[in-house]
Amino acid sequence: MKKIESIIKPFKLEDVKDALAELDITGMTVSEVKGYGRQQGHSELYRGAEYVVDFLPKIKIEVVVVDELVDKVIDVIVKSARTGKIGDGKIFVSNVEKSVRIRTGELDNEAV
Amino acid sequence: MGNTAWVLTATALVMLMTPAGLALFYGGMSRSKNLLNTIAMSVMGYVVAAVVWVVAGYTLAFGTDIGGIIGFDSLFLSGIKVTDLWATGSIPVLLFVAFQMTFAGITVSLASGAIIERLKFSTWLVFAAIWILAVYAPVAHWVWGGGFLSKLGVLDFAGGTVVHINAGIAGLVVALMLGRRADYGKAMFPSSVTLTVLGASMLWFGWFGFNAGSELAADGIAASAFLVTNTAAAIAALAWMTIEYITYKKFTLLGIASGIVAGLVAITPAAGFVDTSASLIIGAVAGIVAFYGVNGLKKALKYDDSLDAFGIHGVAGIWGAIATGIFANPEVNELGTGLLYGNADQVMIQIEGIIVTIVYTAIATAIVFKIASILTGGARVSADAESQGLDEVEHGEKAFNLR
Repeated sequence: MKKIESIIKPFKLEDVKDALAELDITGMTVSEVKGYGRQQGHSELYRGAEYVVDFLPKIKIEVVVVDELVDKVIDVIVKSARTGKIGDGKIFVSNVEKSVRIRTGELDNEAV
Repeated sequence: MGNTAWVLTATALVMLMTPAGLALFYGGMSRSKNLLNTIAMSVMGYVVAAVVWVVAGYTLAFGTDIGGIIGFDSLFLSGIKVTDLWATGSIPVLLFVAFQMTFAGITVSLASGAIIERLKFSTWLVFAAIWILAVYAPVAHWVWGGGFLSKLGVLDFAGGTVVHINAGIAGLVVALMLGRRADYGKAMFPSSVTLTVLGASMLWFGWFGFNAGSELAADGIAASAFLVTNTAAAIAALAWMTIEYITYKKFTLLGIASGIVAGLVAITPAAGFVDTSASLIIGAVAGIVAFYGVNGLKKALKYDDSLDAFGIHGVAGIWGAIATGIFANPEVNELGTGLLYGNADQVMIQIEGIIVTIVYTAIATAIVFKIASILTGGARVSADAESQGLDEVEHGEKAFNLR
């Protein structure tokens, strides 16, 4: 099992969710996060005082999938979250050692 | 009867300006951790004024004149009967008391904008009470209560000198005495420009009562004051927005709201004296001078007039007082003739009124603030409280519970 964490632009969430649903990915965890990378921040202007906002709002999507699906999922996320402009985000993949479905006690591949 | 009905209505309009209009205008500009404290300063400025005014403020401002300096008849409005009419002959004295009370309330609350996010709330309450008696009431007496500035011929239709210059200077003096906020110069994001614009719109709405109500009658001059008030606010918003766009390439809504208020301030002393074309000039210049009051003066001198009480009310108020001396048109109101209509002295008289007010307000405010500070064991909150935010420390509440 792998966990695929994607940091994307907030307005792309619906597109990514719909694209993952077509792959029969049946669950995901979404958080509103803040951060910056190469896009850096932006500035806001209040009565002549210009403030730089370092951390921009982003969405983090976490999905855990069986190993065989990893490449396909990454491909779908890249296609659906991409605008081609700076700030589109990143995808990180990591190993997941164990998973449990709390209601039934099912384990690992059965539980993702 | 008609006059009484209109001034009753106008009084209610002006009342709305402070605990709703000004509270939201200022609250939206404060950081979210201080939003309630900022609102509370406006609300309690009005509340304190409402009590102090009927106890002693009114008689000091509008009681029988003593040597041109102060008025006095009696405390607690005793001796005023419900049938007594104010000097204009058509509204009850008790209505005049109430109308003027709303002015005292907004004036002290306006000054709070200079000192938010670091003042102890108890100091504010004591300061507001003493300031109304020791600073607001005498200045109101000099200009409106038969004191020496009115004998000199100073024109102030609805409070350019009494309200706006007075509040702007008081704010500046207290801001200097209190010192800058710890985060001065760092990014301090306003909690909600939306609230500020809603507040500015309520101020604009209430200002019709402020300016057209100051005629104390439902007549042509009131109608003229109403119209020029609206025109000046609109052109000042356009002026501020334009100059801000030229300078920073953004149409900020905060700038538009600030321009509206600057225009309203500047037209206040002139409202019952000038015609519509003069109001276009008064408003446009107000938007520009207040823009520089906020963007130039404050940055150059590095004082922390947090929400620009001086930058907008002081600066646009001074412009409005001078402009009244230039544009007062005797065809609008026979009581005022300005420079453009052959009375060259009026501008100098206006400047005298401005200087007297600035000097007295600055000195008296400093003394009052010192007294309030001593009575409450220091005026400034602790550094910890300042960083934690005054909503939690002073009020034990949060402006928003979003979860």
